[in-house]
Amino acid sequence: MDFKFTPEEEAFRDEVRAFLDQNLPESANKSDFAFLVDWNKKVRAKRWVGFSWPKEVGGGGGGIVEQVILKEEMAKRHAPPLGMCFMGLAWVGPAIVQYGTEAQKQRFIPDILDGAYQWCTGYSEPDVGSDLAALQCKGVRDGDHYVVNGQKIWTSIAMWSKWMILLVRTDFATESKHDGITCLLVEMATPGIEVRPIKNMSGTSMFAEVFFNDVRVPVENRLGAEGQGWQVTVSALASERSSIAEVTAMFRKLEELRELAQKSSRNGVPAAKDARVRRTLAVFEAKIEAMRLNGLRYLTKQLKGEPLSSETSVNKLHRAELEVEMGDFALELCGNASQYLRGADEAVDAGRWASGALNWPEVVIGGGTPNIQKNIIAERILHLPKD
Amino acid sequence: MNFGFTEEQELLRAEVRKFLDARCPLEQVRALMESERGYSPELWASLAELGWLGLTIPEAHGGAGLGWVDFVVLLEETGRTLFPSPLVSTTLAAAAILDAGSDEQKARWLPGIADGSRVGTLALLEANDVLAPSGIALLGKPDGDAFLLTGKKHFVADAGAANLFVVAFRSGAGAEDLSLAVLDGGAPGVSVKSGPTMDQTKRMGTLALDGARVPKSALLGEAGRAWPAIAKLFDRGAIATTGEIIGAAEGALALTVQYAKDRIQFGNPIGKYQGVKHPLAEMYVDVESTKSLLYYAAWALDESPGEVPRSASLAKAFASDAFARIGIDGVQLHGAVGYTAEYDIQLYLKRSKWARPAYGDSDFHYERVATLGGL
Repeated sequence: MDFKFTPEEEAFRDEVRAFLDQNLPESANKSDFAFLVDWNKKVRAKRWVGFSWPKEVGGGGGGIVEQVILKEEMAKRHAPPLGMCFMGLAWVGPAIVQYGTEAQKQRFIPDILDGAYQWCTGYSEPDVGSDLAALQCKGVRDGDHYVVNGQKIWTSIAMWSKWMILLVRTDFATESKHDGITCLLVEMATPGIEVRPIKNMSGTSMFAEVFFNDVRVPVENRLGAEGQGWQVTVSALASERSSIAEVTAMFRKLEELRELAQKSSRNGVPAAKDARVRRTLAVFEAKIEAMRLNGLRYLTKQLKGEPLSSETSVNKLHRAELEVEMGDFALELCGNASQYLRGADEAVDAGRWASGALNWPEVVIGGGTPNIQKNIIAERILHLPKD
Repeated sequence: MNFGFTEEQELLRAEVRKFLDARCPLEQVRALMESERGYSPELWASLAELGWLGLTIPEAHGGAGLGWVDFVVLLEETGRTLFPSPLVSTTLAAAAILDAGSDEQKARWLPGIADGSRVGTLALLEANDVLAPSGIALLGKPDGDAFLLTGKKHFVADAGAANLFVVAFRSGAGAEDLSLAVLDGGAPGVSVKSGPTMDQTKRMGTLALDGARVPKSALLGEAGRAWPAIAKLFDRGAIATTGEIIGAAEGALALTVQYAKDRIQFGNPIGKYQGVKHPLAEMYVDVESTKSLLYYAAWALDESPGEVPRSASLAKAFASDAFARIGIDGVQLHGAVGYTAEYDIQLYLKRSKWARPAYGDSDFHYERVATLGGL
């Protein structure tokens, strides 16, 4: 065991820190649009957007350890994201890099790296959530087009996106339901697409229903072969899996909860002296530290070239649990004042805990519910019979 | 960056597993549980020959000169099969001598520990069961350049097997005026009383001292300044206990997973049902996470002493609660047979009951984490 980094890796860390010292001063207004545009230009020039992607497509060609260092340092300073096109960078781009035609790469990758517009993801359907491979949205080949009919739901930022990565069923007769799925890249302005935003419980709209009515998608916008859609979208991506950015953010959130405990009281005594408050915060610390160290063990496996299968579900479960518990615990510390939202005189920290406690489903349900993660562990790691 | 084991460590793991599977499978463990001694002197001699009793003792004193990461590898395997022996107690006694003893003292006691002739243990706690300076009340009465000890040390692991006791006592009125000494089990005024225990693979007893003499040559470090060494032994104890927890938790998980694959109800193996498979997945999450916390704490013991208190407490706190759940869920998922003496899962449940308070339960360690974190 050795937790040290090589001199080259340390030099890279110094480079990242120096960049942050220069370009992200304490005084920076991270919600200011002009600042973000400027930030994006600078990180793009460093090739830190798409850092793990091959250099020939415009990425940074960064190694796994460098990715970890970059993410960790960025998260420590609460830096704005590296790149503006979240889904494009997270999974659309990597899928195009791996399965796309040369023309598709040239058409889409530079825009994703520049953050020219947003991508959204058309996977879930009203009757198809956790059992994604059962999807029914239909694509029928008609000359050099696919004609798409059906509905998607829980499509994050569909209303602000220019393009969608879409899964449709092109073959209803395959033996395995996974084999009839095809991946299409669809321009949201295509006639026949209707987007209806869904208001969530915290009062904002982040996701939408998307309806497809005889939408014609050129065959040249198919990603991968017909029937290969499942593979295209779920194929393991080569980027690092240490969850370092999430862990760093969670340690920061724990620090904020400690501060909240220091200034709160329970039953007339300081909350920070309450045995259950102290224990609860320490339990959070143990789980976050376990996530950090689990991540380093997975990273080690990746570095040794050993296959990582479903172990990362462990950290997904921890994170889901922590998101809910930490958000809820903040409300407990605030007591009755937890009910006041921004604008109320007695709101604690301008109501941030109140809104924070309602946002967990994004993390906990998006990308696989905890129950699905448990199925994955039970079936793929413990080899229990499939449900 | 490498948070994994070396080839040598993996080899050690394989060797220990092979040895225990061949020489002390669970039928043999059950036989030893019934025996008065509670462990096998023959197997003990084999451990010495294989170099495992002196694993963490420097080569100059007859040991293998390895670290606590290696020791944890050994403990995971002894934990997996609930191997009954005073291995942990003896290694902790050796650590006390290594941490606080003089070169002369090391040369005097360590070779006997490594070759198996000395069975050591720690006698730190008293009836109040408090892991803090205030918990140690046994008073050493000055007698020339020696101390005379009269009183009792409680919850002494493997007290009946040990012939070398590392005893903590109070040598003055100051809050931390504590001393640490090595007592020979055969010395005048030293006696042991053991009682039946819930987990028969883990024996425990009371050390009674009646004017037992501690000459200056038996003091580990300076009189009155032993608290840091005692605190470090508590951390080592917590880490060693967590090592055995991990092995046993994995053992319990493996037994229960196998049962869930074999047992048919409603026409299916019960492991097909989410009511069964989800608790098993949760056990896996707990085992994996405890491993990470433990390996880091063991690494800190070897390489980064400043991080030991926090990392040891995080590991033992998390492990205590996790193993308690795993023991209960393991029995419950077995259904009625889990409650029978015939099935092995109940042995793991009992081990979890032993492990929870040993070297501090989760309340103790989480409170310490809170304090270390500035609360």
